[in-house]
Order: sequence, then structure tokens, then C-alpha cells
Amino acid sequence: MPEDADSAVAALQESVIRAAQDGEALAITGGGTKSFLGRVSHGAPCSVRAVQGIVHYEPTELVVTARAGTSLTELENTLSQSGQILPFEPPGFGEGATIGGTIACGLSGPCRPYRGAARDFVLGVRCINGRGETLRFGGEVIKNVAGYDVSRLMAGAMGTLGILTEISLKVLPRPACSQTRTFEMPEEPASELMTSFLGRSLPVSAAAYLDGVLRVRLSGSEAAVSTAAGALGGDLEAEGDAFWSQLKEHCLDFFAHDLPLWRISLKPQNGMMRLPGKTLIDWGGAQYWVKSDAEFEALVKMVRPYGGYVTGFGGHDQDARYDVPQDAVLKLNRRLKLAFDPAGILNPGRLFPQD
Amino acid sequence: MTELLSPDFISALQKVLPERAILWSADEKRPYECDGLSGYKALPGVVTLPDCLEQVCAVMRLCKQYSVPVVARGAGTGLSGGATPHPEGVLLSMARFNRILSVDPVACTARVQPGVRNLAISEAVAERGLYYAPDPSSQIACTIGGNVAENAGGVHCLKYGLTVHNVLAAEVVLMGGEVIEIGGEAPDQPGYDLLAAFIGSEGMLGVVTEITVRLLPVPPTAKALMAAFGDVEQAASAVAAIIAAGIIPAGLEMMDTPAIIAAEDFVQAGYPRDAAAILLCELDGTDAEVQTEIESVSSLLYECGARSVDIARDESERQRFWSGRKNAFPAVGRISPDYYCIDGTIPRRALGEVLLGISELAARAGLRVANVFHAGDGNLHPLILYDSGKPGEFERTEALGAEILQLCVRVGGTITGEHGVGLEKIDQMCVQFGEAELEQFHALKAVFDPEGLLNPGKAVPTLSRCAEFNAMHVHHGELPHPELPRF
Repeated sequence: MPEDADSAVAALQESVIRAAQDGEALAITGGGTKSFLGRVSHGAPCSVRAVQGIVHYEPTELVVTARAGTSLTELENTLSQSGQILPFEPPGFGEGATIGGTIACGLSGPCRPYRGAARDFVLGVRCINGRGETLRFGGEVIKNVAGYDVSRLMAGAMGTLGILTEISLKVLPRPACSQTRTFEMPEEPASELMTSFLGRSLPVSAAAYLDGVLRVRLSGSEAAVSTAAGALGGDLEAEGDAFWSQLKEHCLDFFAHDLPLWRISLKPQNGMMRLPGKTLIDWGGAQYWVKSDAEFEALVKMVRPYGGYVTGFGGHDQDARYDVPQDAVLKLNRRLKLAFDPAGILNPGRLFPQD
Repeated sequence: MTELLSPDFISALQKVLPERAILWSADEKRPYECDGLSGYKALPGVVTLPDCLEQVCAVMRLCKQYSVPVVARGAGTGLSGGATPHPEGVLLSMARFNRILSVDPVACTARVQPGVRNLAISEAVAERGLYYAPDPSSQIACTIGGNVAENAGGVHCLKYGLTVHNVLAAEVVLMGGEVIEIGGEAPDQPGYDLLAAFIGSEGMLGVVTEITVRLLPVPPTAKALMAAFGDVEQAASAVAAIIAAGIIPAGLEMMDTPAIIAAEDFVQAGYPRDAAAILLCELDGTDAEVQTEIESVSSLLYECGARSVDIARDESERQRFWSGRKNAFPAVGRISPDYYCIDGTIPRRALGEVLLGISELAARAGLRVANVFHAGDGNLHPLILYDSGKPGEFERTEALGAEILQLCVRVGGTITGEHGVGLEKIDQMCVQFGEAELEQFHALKAVFDPEGLLNPGKAVPTLSRCAEFNAMHVHHGELPHPELPRF
């Protein structure tokens, strides 16, 4: 490890030890592009930005290891030079996004139902727990069952279990060919078509429905994509695959609207969920984006019978807009937090209320 | 009667379970004395066979109340002693939880009980054109509950993932009898990913009583090819070349000469007996896709020095190619009174170095080793041939296995790719992890089972055990005195 990254980790470790002694909370940040996510957490800023650089990348092993402060753009550019990608297509939500923040937030792009989520590609981490200890879990190999899978646990934990300093990820080849088909159709048949992809051998890598248009991205070998395009029909999207990166980064006009943005995650099913406000259906029906001034509780009441969860994405009163686990599981979540961070100093309350 | 199983506990147990769900006699308990790693045996204090959630909860409640250890068990096919019973504890067999509860053909999921066999899931949904992807070699017998406990893999996991990638939700009974649901069919549930922590936790955190799995469409076409190499390094470089070309095969397996010969003698798969290594590669997808990939792969194989490349002409030939690999373990079993299967994972680039290291270590130990290798994901299974009838040979075999695993860690790999730590590799955990990590594992365990009653003594060693072990052994691949020659 070069000295600056090394000393940056040591400095982080020191601030954690000090914070634990003083019982002072730390607000862990990477690029700060996803600070609108999660519940409000107050604490002294603790940046991981200086812990950066790609540590190891061997394309033929399908594994990359990067320090947490490495910018997502830099990482993706490096992979791209070898024709590879981060398979979960993570959103950055801004230029400065880091791989540490990306994994801590556990967000995945449009391909999630077909290729997997951020957590699915985490192979190993180095982190600093709330006691200021540097720990290493998992590794740089695809198959590894030694010890509890703490690395995957870190994905989506929003830094509350430990400060990520280094992450190993499984990567995949960029599909040789990709195209988007569009279908103008009403909601009901669109929904049925979207869910049907889960059970069909088609190289679908994204499916979304907006303003009466179903878009389906096909990715794979040239042969696979052209056969599937023939089988599916529809029209070739004139603007190529741009829609998907705009969807991923929330740059579509849909997101520009002034109303609060909600994310609803649902079990895929036939039939559209009726939700108040303007809706974009993503993940083949498993994720709804909703622009609405509806109350959080009202949305929860609507989606819970379908196993759904509500997350506020941006807006003002964050604490009131974030689903938390139910009863017994929440209790376990709190105890797990204490097992990693006994003094409760790492992003306290960001993922769920402390008590 | 043993000390932990007090008369009070036993009469309480008899109140919550029907008579046929409790086995007391040594004869009845004998089938449960070990799992697939038969070197470790213990007759359980008592065997319970609950058939409903309430009974499991009751057993877990009583065990907590009376501080009785619990070891959960599926089919007992595990290879690391993870299901070895506790002599003074309850062996909780989940065998009667053997129903597929529901199949959702829209969401492509199935809700199953933990005692359902892995292959039975795929068989049940085959008529819908679906299957459950993880396929450990024991899939005909092993249960999905055991797969969850071990995070089982299989030959197709490079492309389709491990158990952790194919299980969406679980119902779990905690020590004390509380029931929780973890994960869910809606993606990205709130809170921590407890399901990720549970999968592969080797029965240390709770007992799984229901599992929701993801089902995938059966690929329309699967084709296999076999390449023979005169040199192992060439075979390894061929694997790298295939992946560098952007192809992710459904299966990519390598065998070395001793494994080839044993398999060939056993099932006549058509393997070239004089090859240093063979590579089996399976490609699946649509017809057109598979056809183009077969062509690319076979030219890459030749470019990397393959002596011959055979493409299976039909389904029966494809099955024949695989039969040798799938029967590699029993084939080795035929040429040696006993064999011991090791389960390390290494970065593939280190394959040549590791195979050389293994042959040197084996020569020093006076033992023979055959290697089969999940080449796509780096999971190496050296099979050590030995004779348990010869005094001291099993001990030498275990010692060689431990050295091989330490070699895997030294090149940047891990002591277990898919078989789990169990009892078998508990000392090697001290090589792979430091004190702080082990303490963190214990803290995580204590969140779910503060009294340490679930599967005690498995998966994560105590710090004192490691202190003792490390005093005598290498740590992180570094010998205490690297300047001294060792033999």
C-alpha cells in the first residue's frame, strides 16, 4: 500500500479510537453524492476520500480490489479498458461517487433482477470497526466460505458496522452487444410481459415502463441479442441505451419534477400497483419510482400487503421517510450494530433509529 | 444419561414432541453419529425429528432453558464435520421438513422446507421449464437447508452463483424459540442483510425452517467440449484466455493426470489417459449463442496449446464427458482404500505454483494426490489417497491437508471454497484470520446465540485454541523463522 493511503487508514483508525473513547459520533463520507439517502445522522465528518487507488486488478480472475475512496468513475474506466464492468451497474448520483460509498449504500442499477445486486458481487472487504480495529473479511476469490460472510453484510449497511477501506468485487465481461426494444402498450400487458422475462431464456438486462412505453434492454453475444430481438419484436430504440444510464442516475425528465421521490421495492407480480403520483416502473416490476407528495405511512400501508418497502430518495424530512425492519428483526439489527460498534459512533441512526 | 441432558430436560422434551420424534437408543442414534466427513464421530445425546415449526420452536426453547447444545442436521452429506453431533446435546434432524410448499411461476420462486433435497426442487419445477441453479455434487441427496448452512456451490456457480445468490428469504428459529423472517422477495430489504450472514453460517446462528429460492429458466441449449493438454500451466492459461475473451462458461472444470486415469478406469468417459490435464467446458444459452461461443472457445483452446479439442456431438456424449468429472471422487475411491477431499480456493494465476507445491508436499508425506479443479472460480479439490488401515496414515493425511490449505492462504486464497470449516478446518481458521477478526465473528455469533449453544466448537475457533495452534504453526504463510530450512 502506498504510504499516503496507508497513513490515511491509520488516521481513520485513530479518529475512530478517539471517537469511541469520547463517545463522539462520526459521519462517514466518501464523495458525499448519496448523503440524501438514509436517516439523519449527526457526527463529526470523517472522510474516506484519501484512502484511494486500485490495489489489484486481474481481468482474467474476474476480480478487482480497490480502496474505498477510489472514484467510481476511475474504477469503471479501468475495468472498461479490459472490456469489463461492475455487473450491478451502480448509480453514482454525481461525479465524486466512491466505490466505498457505493457498496455502503448497496444500490444497484437497472440490471439488478437479471444480473444481481451490489451485495452479490462483494467478495471481500477491509474495514475499521467501531473499536478502531482494522479487519479483513472474505478475499479476492469467488468461492470462499471461511467465517461468517461479513463482507456482504457491509453492503447496504451505510457504514454503520464499519468504515470500509478496501473492497474486492467480482466483475464480468461487458456484453458484446446491447440494444433496447420499445413497446407502446397499456400498463397491464406491459406488466405481464415484464414479469415473464424472469422465466424465459432471454438475454434481458433491464426492463422499465414509463409514459405508456415499455423499454427492454437485451445484452449478450450478438447472436443472442439478435435472436431475442426477433422473438420479442417491438421497435429498436433510436437513442440506443442512453435511457438506462439516465434512469440509473436519475437524469430522466421524470426525476426533474419537484415532488418528493419515493422508491418502492416489491415482489414481482402480474398487474400494476396503483400508487398516488407519477410512476416509473423499473427492475421488471420489482422497483417503482414514485413522484408524490403522499405521506410515507400512506405509501407503506399501500405496499406492505404486497411485501413492499418504501424508501425516501431525497427531500427534507429524512427520518420520516425510511423503512426500517420489523420488531424482532430490528432488535437483532441493533444488537448486530453493537457487536461491531459498541460505542455506537459509526453513522449512528443512519440505517434505523438507535433505540 | 449425560450431565447436560438432565431428567427434567428429558421429560420436558417428551411433553413437546411425540414419541416417534425422539430417538434414544444407541442403535437408533447410530446413523447420526457423523456427516460426510466420517473421520469425526460422536453419538448424539438425543436425536429429535420434529415435523412442524412449533416443535422446532419448543426444542429450541427447552435447549436454551436447560443450556443444552443443539446441532441441526440436513442429509448429513457435508464434508467438514459441520453436522458432527454433540455427545451431550440434541441432534435436531430436519429430515421431516421435506415438502415443497409453493411455486410461484410469475416471480419464479419456490417456498420449500429445509429438508427438501436440492435436486428435488429442480425436478418439481422442470415441467415449467425452470430449475434451481446451485448444484453441489451431492445434489441428489443433500438438502436445501444444509446448502443454506454451508453456502453450497457446484460446477455451475461461476455463471449462476452460489446458494447466497439464489436464496431470497428464510424463516429462522433462533435459540430460545423465537421465529424471524429474514430477506424477502422484494429486493433490498430494510436493515442489515441478515440473510447474507445466515447463509454459510454453518448452523451457528439459528435453525432455518423455510427457504424461498429463486428459480431460473432452463437454458435451451447446453454443449460441452473437452480439451487435452500436455502441460497444466497451458490448461490454466486457456481458462484465463476464455474469460479474457468475455466468455463465462456455465461450467469449467480441470482434472490432472491421476484424476483423469482414475475416472477413465472407472467410467470410460473417453478422457486421454496420457494428458497432463484436461479441461471440460460447458456453454449454455440459445442455439446461436452457444454455437458462436463453441467456435471461439475451441480456437482459444488450440491457441493456448491444447493437444486436442473434442466437442460433444450430442447429449449422450455431453453426459459422457461429464460422467468422468462427476464420478471423480468415487473413481479415486476405487484406486485407494480411502481418500480425503481438500477444498481450498486460489487465485487461478497461482494454479501452477500450487499444484507443484502440492506434489512436493505429498512426496514429502509419502502420499499420492489427485486434483480436480473448479477452474473457473479457482476452487481446488486435491484428493489425498491413503489407507486408514495403516497406522499413522490418516494423521499424515490430515497434516498434508492442513499444509495444502495453508499453501492456498499463502497465495492469496482461502481454506474453504464450498465445504465449510466445520470441525475439520477449525485450526486453519487461525491461519486465515487474525485475533480481531475471530473476535468479531464471536461477537456476531453472540448477537444470535449469546450462550453459544448452537453447534458449539465448530466454524470459528476460540482465541486460546488459535494461540496454541499458532505457537506451533505458520501464520499468514510466514514461518516464525523463515531463514531456517524446513522439511
